[in-house]
Formats: sequence, structure tokens, C-alpha cells
Amino acid sequence: MMSIERSRAISIWKNFTKGFLRENPVFVLVLGICPTLGVTTSAVNGLGMGLAATFVLVMSNMVVSLIKSLVPDDVRIPCFIVVIASFVTIVDLVMSAYTPALHAQLGLFLPLIVVNCIILGRAEAYASKNPVWLSVIDGLSMGLGFTFALTLLGGVRELLGSGAVFGHKFITGDGILVFILAPGAFIVLGYMIALVRLVNKTD
Amino acid sequence: MEYILIIISAVLVNNIVLTRFLGLCPCLGVSNRFSNAVGMCGAVIFVMTLATIVTYLVNTYILNPLHIGYLQTVAYILVIAALVQMVEIILKKVSRPLYQALGVFLPLITTNCTVLGVAILVIQKEYNLLESVVFAMANAIGFSMALILFSSIREQLDLADVPEGMRGTPITLVIAGLLSLAFMGFAGIVH
Repeated sequence: MMSIERSRAISIWKNFTKGFLRENPVFVLVLGICPTLGVTTSAVNGLGMGLAATFVLVMSNMVVSLIKSLVPDDVRIPCFIVVIASFVTIVDLVMSAYTPALHAQLGLFLPLIVVNCIILGRAEAYASKNPVWLSVIDGLSMGLGFTFALTLLGGVRELLGSGAVFGHKFITGDGILVFILAPGAFIVLGYMIALVRLVNKTD
Repeated sequence: MEYILIIISAVLVNNIVLTRFLGLCPCLGVSNRFSNAVGMCGAVIFVMTLATIVTYLVNTYILNPLHIGYLQTVAYILVIAALVQMVEIILKKVSRPLYQALGVFLPLITTNCTVLGVAILVIQKEYNLLESVVFAMANAIGFSMALILFSSIREQLDLADVPEGMRGTPITLVIAGLLSLAFMGFAGIVH
């Protein structure tokens, strides 16, 4: 009896931790690259975007899992998209009211959470086949993994580009400006994916 | 003159893939073969122009008069999804060869963030209908150019000796970075 509960707990824990390295949506699955590169000019922006996407991911996974038996198979994708779009609209409106500065920084990428492949991908591949609580854990895992990746990428770019992390200066003088600009985003992410592959291989 | 500025700005200065970071998933996904890239480009140019016209009309004649602008995201994504489906059905009936060339790429376009992105940008920039159409086409051409550049480089890359860990996505991203760096040279031509 004890061991069954224990193995269940372990599998839930594994389900939760998969998003960080083993199945990290950005570094391993390479999904949702557009916002990843577009908003990570600083660690704070990465964190904000990550949390917004996490909220949408958890809520849409939950709702999709709840309605999965009601939705006819042929129209499931449009239904899922409407669910996702509703939560994105909520996040968009809440953020413009309470964090206007961050809202302005993220700009176009907030409404574009709708077409983030991670969210529709998880709804289709996981939430439409699994019970509610597992789907919520899956959403949390993937969302926090996404947040982790964005914050890390934002931190590295901010450190290289302006010598600061979360606005605290560590290195005096100017940074290498190109890492804040568009080319830096591509190059840093490229090397990070290669690094994560190395880590996953040695595990 | 104004239209020429919009075109230069969208294709070269603010290239949608290399400086705005939109539409990267298809860029990384279908850019491994030149022929795939060309098919994808055709589909994007067609759908993006059409989608921008329709969403512009929806915004001006439905959302604005009813003061339900907050439903923009929901309305747009539904319009785009329906439109892509419709284009697929019509193409299948009307032009078999065109359908065979573009067909497989059409479903991919619903989740291509360039289409929704351009539709929203047009509203943010407060363009009129004609400017919107020009802007959408110019962005689609910018996307196509980036995709074709990408696929040509990646075909050459098959012959290169890339370190094991960097193969595939990482090296593609580094190449994108270098391309983006090259495109920064156009900055300052127009605003």
C-alpha cells in the first residue's frame, strides 16, 4: 500500500519536474521561440512573460481537460483556441491595469500568446487525454520550465549586454550592446540549447 | 512614396523574422529544404494579405461600432483559423495544382504568429485599408526572403563539419543571429 502511494508520488514529481530540463519547452522541444527571443532583453521581462504564459497554460489545460468529453473531435482545435484566447485576453487586460510598464515592454507578444505552440500543443497532446489534476500539473511544469528558460535567457543577455541582472549592476562600464539587440537573442539561445543538450546527455 | 517607405521598412529595416522575431517556428521547421521553403512562402503571402484585409474589415465594421475592442484577440484568431480552412477548401475545388503545391503548408499557417501579428500591428499603426494591404504584403515578402535565405544556407550547411552538440537547431539559430546582424546594416534608412 505504502509503496503504491510512494511510486505515485514519484511519478507526480517526475511529471512536475520534466518541464525544467528533460522536456523543457524552449531548450529541448524548441517550441514558442518567438516570444522567447522577442521579450528577453532583460531578466524581468523574461520573468513577466513566463508567468503570463504559465497562467494561460495552467488555466487552459484545466478547462480543456474539463470539456474534453463535450467537444466533438472535428472542431476541437477551434474550441481549444477560443479557450486559450479568452485567458490571454484576461491576462492582457489585468496586466495593462496593474503593471502598465511591463505591459508596454511585452507589447505585441502578449496577444500573441494565443498562437504560442506550447499552449495549443499541451492542450492537444496532454490535456485532451488526461484527467484534470494531471493536466494542471503538466501546465505548471511546462509553464515554469518556460519561465525558467526565459528568465535565464533574459538574465544572460542583460548581463552580457549591460552588465546587470534584474537591474542590479555587476560589471561597471558598458556591456556588449549587440546582446541586447536582435542578433544577440539568436546567438545566446543557440549556444544555450547546445549547453542543455550537453547537460541532458551526461545525466 | 509613402507606400515605398512602408515596403522598404517592412522588408529590410524591420524584417519580421530577423528583427521582430515573428514566425520563427516555421522558419526553423520548414527551412531545411529549399523547395519546402518556396511552398511555404507562397502560402504565407496569400493568407497574410487576405487575413489582414478581413481582420481590418472586422475591426472597423464590427468591433469598433459595438465597442468590443477587447475581443480583438479572440475575434482575430477565429477569423484567421476559419479563413485558412476556407482557402484550403476553395483551392482544393478550384485549382488542383495550386492546392498540391500549397496544401500541406496551409494548416501550419493558423499557428504562424506572423499572420496574427501583422493583423494586430496594422491596427496599432492606424493604417488605412490600402496601407494595411501594402504592409501585409511587404511583411509576407520579408518573411519569404528570410525563409529562402535560411533554407539556402542550411542546404549548404549539410556539407559542413559542425560540432556534434551544435548540429540542427543551435547552428541554425547562430546563423539567424549572423543574418540579423547583417540586416542591422539597413537600420536608419527609414523609420
